Amino acid sequence: MDHFTKTQKAIPLSDIPVGATGVIASLNLNGLLRRRVLDLGMVPGTFVECLRQSPSGDPTAYRVRGTTIALRRESTDQIAVYQLKMGPETSPPVPGKEG
Amino acid sequence: MDIKLFTGHKNRPHVVALAGNPNVGKSTIFNALTGLRQHTGNWPGKTVNNARGTFSYKNKSFLLVDLPGTYSLLARSVEEEIARDFICFGQPDLTIVVLAASSLERNLNLALQVLEITPRVVICVNLLDEAKKNNIYVDLEGLSKRLGVPAIGTVARTGQGLDELLEAVAARIEDPGTNQPRQVVYSQEVEEIVAFLIPQVQRLVGTAINPRWLALRLLDSDRAFIEKIVQHFNPQLCIGTSSEISFDQHLEAVI
Amino acid sequence: MNEVEPLKTLSQIYTEVNRISHSTRINLSDQIVADIYANAAQIANEVVVRNPFSASCDWDARVDSILTSRLLGYPVMILLLGLVFWITLQGANIPSEMLATVLFGLEGKMSAWLLQVGAPDWLNGVLVLGMYKTLAWVVAVMLPPMAIFFPLFTLLEDLGYLPRVAFNLDNLFKKARSCGKQALTMCMGFGCNAAGVTSCRIIDSPRERLIAVLTNNFVPCNGRFPTLLAMATIFVAGGLASSAQMIVATAVITGLVLIGIGVTFLTSWCLSRTILQGEVSALILELPPYRRPQIGAVIYRSIIDRTIFVLMRAVVVAAPAGALIWILGNVQIGQLSIIGHLAHWLNPFGQLIGLDGFILLAFILGFPANEIVLPILIMSYLAVGQMTEFQSLEELRRLLVTNGWTWLTAVNMMLFSLLHWPCATTLLTVFKETKSFKWTFMAFLLPTTIAITVCFSVAQLVRSLGLV
Repeated sequence: MDHFTKTQKAIPLSDIPVGATGVIASLNLNGLLRRRVLDLGMVPGTFVECLRQSPSGDPTAYRVRGTTIALRRESTDQIAVYQLKMGPETSPPVPGKEG
Repeated sequence: MDIKLFTGHKNRPHVVALAGNPNVGKSTIFNALTGLRQHTGNWPGKTVNNARGTFSYKNKSFLLVDLPGTYSLLARSVEEEIARDFICFGQPDLTIVVLAASSLERNLNLALQVLEITPRVVICVNLLDEAKKNNIYVDLEGLSKRLGVPAIGTVARTGQGLDELLEAVAARIEDPGTNQPRQVVYSQEVEEIVAFLIPQVQRLVGTAINPRWLALRLLDSDRAFIEKIVQHFNPQLCIGTSSEISFDQHLEAVI
Repeated sequence: MNEVEPLKTLSQIYTEVNRISHSTRINLSDQIVADIYANAAQIANEVVVRNPFSASCDWDARVDSILTSRLLGYPVMILLLGLVFWITLQGANIPSEMLATVLFGLEGKMSAWLLQVGAPDWLNGVLVLGMYKTLAWVVAVMLPPMAIFFPLFTLLEDLGYLPRVAFNLDNLFKKARSCGKQALTMCMGFGCNAAGVTSCRIIDSPRERLIAVLTNNFVPCNGRFPTLLAMATIFVAGGLASSAQMIVATAVITGLVLIGIGVTFLTSWCLSRTILQGEVSALILELPPYRRPQIGAVIYRSIIDRTIFVLMRAVVVAAPAGALIWILGNVQIGQLSIIGHLAHWLNPFGQLIGLDGFILLAFILGFPANEIVLPILIMSYLAVGQMTEFQSLEELRRLLVTNGWTWLTAVNMMLFSLLHWPCATTLLTVFKETKSFKWTFMAFLLPTTIAITVCFSVAQLVRSLGLV
C-alpha cells in the first residue's frame, strides 16, 4: 500500500480508467443490487481493478478478489472508490525492492 | 421443491448436498461421482434445479444433490433460496462445499456461511490445475485446520482427488466429530447484539438450528426466511405471519 | 415440540431487532457481509501461496482483449456463429446422404415383404409409407445437423465464451430495457427452446425474465435448424457450385439467425414499453476463466444424448404423425383426400403470406415438435402427388418446385419457421415457468403475429415489385 497514495476525494467507480485500480469507499446502491454487489465481495476497503469495457463501452469488467465481474454504468456510478495512483511517474511495485 | 422427501426413511441413503459458487466445477464433480449425464456449463446459474444422482462407496449408498451455484446464502434470489433451504431444512447428512482454488477468497465467503449453519461439511478445493497455471497454490492442511473441517484438493475433470474426497465424505458422515468448525468473528457491535439476541431466538426454535446464525439472519432483516424457519421448527408461533410470495404475485407487484 | 411457553413472540422479537437496528449507526446487514469477507480474506491470506518468481502469463486477458475488443468483438462473434453453421452444413452432408440411401433403400424391401406376406395395401401405407418414411426423413435430414451443431455449441459454452457474448451484447439489451443474461438464454435456445425458457431463471427481475421467456422462440432451435439448412441449401444457393453453395448457405443461415436476434431486440424493446413496462434493472455478470473443454466428453455426451433424444422424439411424435398424414392423404372425401381438403381450405391464407396450404398445414401438424414439419410437408405433397422415390436434397427441390415453390416460398418458409409459434413442449415449459395461462398464450400469440406479419409483408413486397 505504500506504493499508492490515495487521492483525497472518492470518485465513482465508472470514472476509473481501464487498467487503473481503486479501493471501494462506499456503495450508494439499494435493495437487492446492493446485497448482490456486497456478496461478490465488493465491500468497502476492497481493491477493484478496471479490466476492460464491452465493445460498445458498457458494461465494464472489473477484477475483484480474483474474479472478473461485469457491471453496467448505472451501477458503477453509484459505487464510490478512491483511485490508487499508479501513474507512469510511479512505476508498479517491484517485489523485494520496497523500502 | 420436495426437500423433505428423503428424511424420515429408515434405510435411506446418505444425503449429500453439493454447494459452491457458480463456475467452480460443481457439476463436473457431480457427473464424475454419479455418472449422470447432466450437462455442465461454464456460466452462472446453470443448475437451476436440484439435480439428484446416486452413487455408492464402500457398500454405502449416497444420494448426491447438486445445489444451484450461489455466491452467498444471504441474498434472496431463487437459486440462493433453493440452496439455503436445502442445507437448512433438507438436513443433508453432509454438505460438500466446492471452492475454486484460484479465487479462494470469494469462495470462502460461501463456505463460512455454510459452516455457520452446519458443521457437517467437507471442503473440496477444485480446479487446482487452473490455479497452478496462475501460480496459485493452496495449503490444504492449513485450510482444513483453520476451518475445522476436512479440506480435499481435486481436479475434477481428470478425476484427481475424487477418491480422497469420497473417503473424507464417508468418514465425516460416520464420525462428524465434536469440534465446532470455524465461526465467523464479527465486529464488536454485531457480536454484542447477537449475544443479546441468542437467548430470545433459542426460545423460538430450540436447538434445531444454530441460534447464532438465526440471530444474524434477524439482523439481516430477512423476515420471510425467519418466518419460514420458525414455521418449520415451531409452527404454532407464527400463524398468520406467513408472507410467502408466489411468482405471479411477485410479478404483478413488479409490473 | 415440548411445552415451552415462549416468553417472546416473533413480532416482539422483530420490534426489538428494529429498535436495535435503528439505534446503531452502522448498517448491520452490510457489516455482516463485510465481516464475513474479512474472515475469508484473512484465511485466504494465510493458506494461499503465490509463486512470486514465475510470472503468470495471463491468457484470459489476451483472449478477452480479442473476443471483447471494440474492433473485433462483434465481427468475431458473427464469424464464430458462421463457422459453427458452416461446419454443421459441411459435416451433415455426407452422413445425411448415407442415412438416406440406407433408410430409403430399406423402405422398398419392407413394402415388398409386407405385400408378400399378404398384408393389405392400407397397412403397408400406414406402416411403411406413413410411419416409416416420416421416421426415415427425420433421421436422415434432421439428425446429422443436430448431432454436429449441438456439440459444437456445447464446446463454445464449456470454453466460457457465452458469458462474453452476454458481455458484448448487454448494451443492446439495456437499450431494450432487458437483461444482458438474455443472451445466455438465447444461446440455450439454439439447443432447445424449452431449455432456453427454463434457463431464463438466471434473470432476476421478473419483468426481464418474462421478456426473455416470450422472445426465446426467435432463436431457431435444433429442431428447426435443419429445415432452415435444407431450404438455404436447395433454394437460395441451389444453382451454385457445391463449394460456393456451402458458403452462400452459411451466409443465409447466419443472416437468418441475425434477423432472429434483431427481432428479439425489437420485440424486447416493444414489450418493455407496452405490456411489460418498467425500468431496466442492474446487471451483474461474472466472466469466468476460459477453460479447455473436455472435448471427447462433450462430443460423446452430446452426440449420444442428441441421438437418443431425437430418435425418441422421432418415434414418439414423427411416427404417429406420419401414420396420421398417410391416412389423411389417402382417405377420400368426394374428389379429394382429407389432407387435400385441409390444404385447400388453408391455401388462400397460405398464399397471402407467401406460403401455401400444405406448408401451413405442416406447421400446424408439426406443433408437437418442429423436427417433423419438413417431413410432414414432404409426406403431404407425396400423398396427393404421384412422386414416389427421392433420396437427396436435389430430388426434394424437384418435388417442391413441382408443387409450385419459388424462391419466395423458400424464403418465407424459413422466416415462418424462424418466427412462428413455439412447439408444444416449449409452451408447456412457459406455463411451468410462469404458472400463467395469460403469458403462455402471449408466448404463442406474439411469435405467431410477428411471423404472419413479416411473411405477409415480404410476400406482398416481392410480388408488387414483380420479383417472382
